[in-house]
Amino acid sequence: MSTQTLEPSRSAGAAPAPVVRNWKKAVIFSVLGLVALVLCGVNAADTTVVLRLSNPGDVVELGDLSLPASTTGWVLSVLMLAIAVLAIGLTAQGRGVSGWLSAVFWIAFILAMLVWAVGHATGNSLSLPGLLGGSLALSIPLIFGSMSGLLCERSGVVNIAIEGQLLFGAFAAALVGTLAGSAWIGLLAAVLGGALVALILAAFSIRYLVNQVIVGVVVNVLVSGLTGFLYSTVLQRDTSLLNAPPRLPSFAIPVLSEIPVIGRVLFDQSVLVYLMYAVVAVLWFALGRTRWGLRTRAVGEHPQAADTLGVKVNRLRFLNVLLGGAVAGMGGAFFTLVSVSSFTNDMTAGQGYIALAALIFGRWRPLGALCAALLFGFATNLQSVLSLLGTTVPSQFLTMLPYLVTIAAVTGLVGRSRGPAASGQPYVKE
Amino acid sequence: MSPSQSQQPVPAPADGLGSAPEDGAGPPVTPPWADRPAKPTLAYRITSSPLVLSAAALIAALVVGGLLIVLTDPLVTSKMYYFIARPSDTFVAAWKSVSEAYLALFEGSVYNPAGETASQRLYPLTETLTIATPLIFAGLAVAVSFRSGLFNIGAQGQIIAGAIVAGYIGIAWELPAALHLLLVVVGAALGGAVWGGIVGVLKAKTGAHEVILCIMLNYVALNLLLYLLTTPAFQRPGSANPISPQVSDTALFPRLLGDSFRLHWGFVLAVVAVAAISWLVNRSTVGFRLRAVGANPRAAATSGINVTAGYIVVMLLSGGFAGLAGAAQVSGTERVLTGDIAGSFGFDAITVALLGRSTPWGTFWAGLLFGAFRAGGVAMQTTTGTNINIVLVVQSLIVLFIAAPPLVRAIFRLPDPAKARRRKKPRRPAASAPSTSGASR
Repeated sequence: MSTQTLEPSRSAGAAPAPVVRNWKKAVIFSVLGLVALVLCGVNAADTTVVLRLSNPGDVVELGDLSLPASTTGWVLSVLMLAIAVLAIGLTAQGRGVSGWLSAVFWIAFILAMLVWAVGHATGNSLSLPGLLGGSLALSIPLIFGSMSGLLCERSGVVNIAIEGQLLFGAFAAALVGTLAGSAWIGLLAAVLGGALVALILAAFSIRYLVNQVIVGVVVNVLVSGLTGFLYSTVLQRDTSLLNAPPRLPSFAIPVLSEIPVIGRVLFDQSVLVYLMYAVVAVLWFALGRTRWGLRTRAVGEHPQAADTLGVKVNRLRFLNVLLGGAVAGMGGAFFTLVSVSSFTNDMTAGQGYIALAALIFGRWRPLGALCAALLFGFATNLQSVLSLLGTTVPSQFLTMLPYLVTIAAVTGLVGRSRGPAASGQPYVKE
Repeated sequence: MSPSQSQQPVPAPADGLGSAPEDGAGPPVTPPWADRPAKPTLAYRITSSPLVLSAAALIAALVVGGLLIVLTDPLVTSKMYYFIARPSDTFVAAWKSVSEAYLALFEGSVYNPAGETASQRLYPLTETLTIATPLIFAGLAVAVSFRSGLFNIGAQGQIIAGAIVAGYIGIAWELPAALHLLLVVVGAALGGAVWGGIVGVLKAKTGAHEVILCIMLNYVALNLLLYLLTTPAFQRPGSANPISPQVSDTALFPRLLGDSFRLHWGFVLAVVAVAAISWLVNRSTVGFRLRAVGANPRAAATSGINVTAGYIVVMLLSGGFAGLAGAAQVSGTERVLTGDIAGSFGFDAITVALLGRSTPWGTFWAGLLFGAFRAGGVAMQTTTGTNINIVLVVQSLIVLFIAAPPLVRAIFRLPDPAKARRRKKPRRPAASAPSTSGASR
């Protein structure tokens, strides 16, 4: 969300370039600040919101945080408005609004909305580690899915089939994991299953030059039909023998898991979560700092140029799509090996499309997609937590949020999100 | 895919003609059309036609579906244990398993010989037409967008938007019969058009990719519908489920064949829509512009066609037709507004349009075929216990095969019309190359 104003160029002798002022951020901050003032300040519930910071049994037990809804709302919205005024001032001077300032603003905004929503709910006590832990759990498949999309799209293949890769990964993990009696073999099967779906995508879109969007959509239908058919005709025949996979183990990392509030959330988790950290870190490093990454990005932006320099465009694309499928397969394994312990029909429920949205909202970058997926997971979890607390906000609108945010992102309302230039275009050597 | 596919026959003769000016500069050479087969044989013309390709794709998909049915049938797999001893048992069981399933599919979708009266025997056919109605509308919507180079995969959301408006008008307003239905239809078309128009405007103004906008708006529409069904304006009094009261009788499509069949006049409207779109796309100025934008946006812009305005028009048109599918569902088939009113018609419509090669009448027949699969799939599941999801597998395989003609040609060893010409080509330049290159120097 950092729409940066252009710095005046310092080329010797040339007249200073005109300063481009981008008012978008300042305007958005002001509007949201005023909305927060009305909602969280004026319209706050007359209660005290209790945020529980630690669970009983934690190494460091922190006390509960009691926040009077009204006062907190006023303080936070005034802080937001102050940032908005600062942003207006900075923009008027022709300087950009720094990322830190935006981060503070968004954190204040989310906190204010949280306090407002909980204040209006019937129960006023909320466990923060519970909220964050649930959010992380919901975002794991999204993160794996968006990393799959990242691998494909950065090398120029649109991956609408994330949904199918997740679903088939979940199916393969459940079936093979049960048959082998080992969650690890289930995980391996999920990786291979995801790659198999990606193979269809790659073969049809790269080999047969079928439009990538169409292959993606059709592959999703195919996987949904295939897993649905096999589930009801094979898996359900003997559930205990075919659809009861063991779980992947989870363990706490010694020191890190003792950090208050976030320690248990981040570092006392399933193996798959640590694998997710590894995948994101490796992708972040590899994409930006290795030869493979440079070539991948080149193939996604300008395949002709890459080909001229000797990169085998279609071979690299094929490889990356298969890798993407494997990564998405791991995300699928999360469904059957970690969160739920058996496969059910269409259990991914459109998560693949939200993963795609996270990728776009995260501007086709590993860390951006990670943050976006976490945000979407947070929104989804918030919705279920708030509906448990009995809030007045209709849950459907909270569900809509990730999609609306994505539309705002692709249309340039909140920072312009522009994909790889050659994404979606098959490459035919001339 | 399909836009480029429908163009496929065009480039081949075009590059044959393209060489004409070059040849004209040199000494007189054989005319560019001389290397074409004097008269293609009938067998060649049949096997290289797109219709045969579609049929081949259908057969291949049914075969794969059949294999799935066989391999998951416990009766067949139990016979496989002694396959070496008596292979015939396996084949007999496999054939029985597949033929029964596909026969049930046919009897559930076209003609049921077990029925006592003629109307009972033809009941499955009317079910097929009923289910095909929204598929045809939504398929047309997708086909129109494909023809102009846009990927409207948001038909699902547009159907929902149309259904919301149709439901609101049909339930809340009280009007005389004909007028009420007319307003429902127009309102649904407008609702869908607005939902599609959002995509068109955003694409035209900001350059955002329509596929992403469509996917996101599908979910927004679904959640909007689910929210509205919890509000007093839409929710059935005394019900906790997402279901509306019955649509007023004045707003319903009359049944086409009496009250014992669900088939309604919406189907006739769908046929009219196919004819209208066929005229619009192939005969009108607007249609010509849309096809020009789809074939080559840059060339279209150069020749004075407003491409961005074209995107908006296409999405309005496309959304409008998808909205009609919503009207057909709300006031025709279901007669209530539910959270599941759009089913998966919006996604099936993509495969319908692809199978119909984005032509209006092709979409019509593809809609009938997929309607038959849907109707027959339900019957198949009840009579032979074959899970209805097999229909999804067959449908998606058909489209995958259709989309990759080289694959189907390789499976069935069909001749490739483009390759036949290409093979001839190198011979001519090889023979005439010295003369032309000499002349140009």
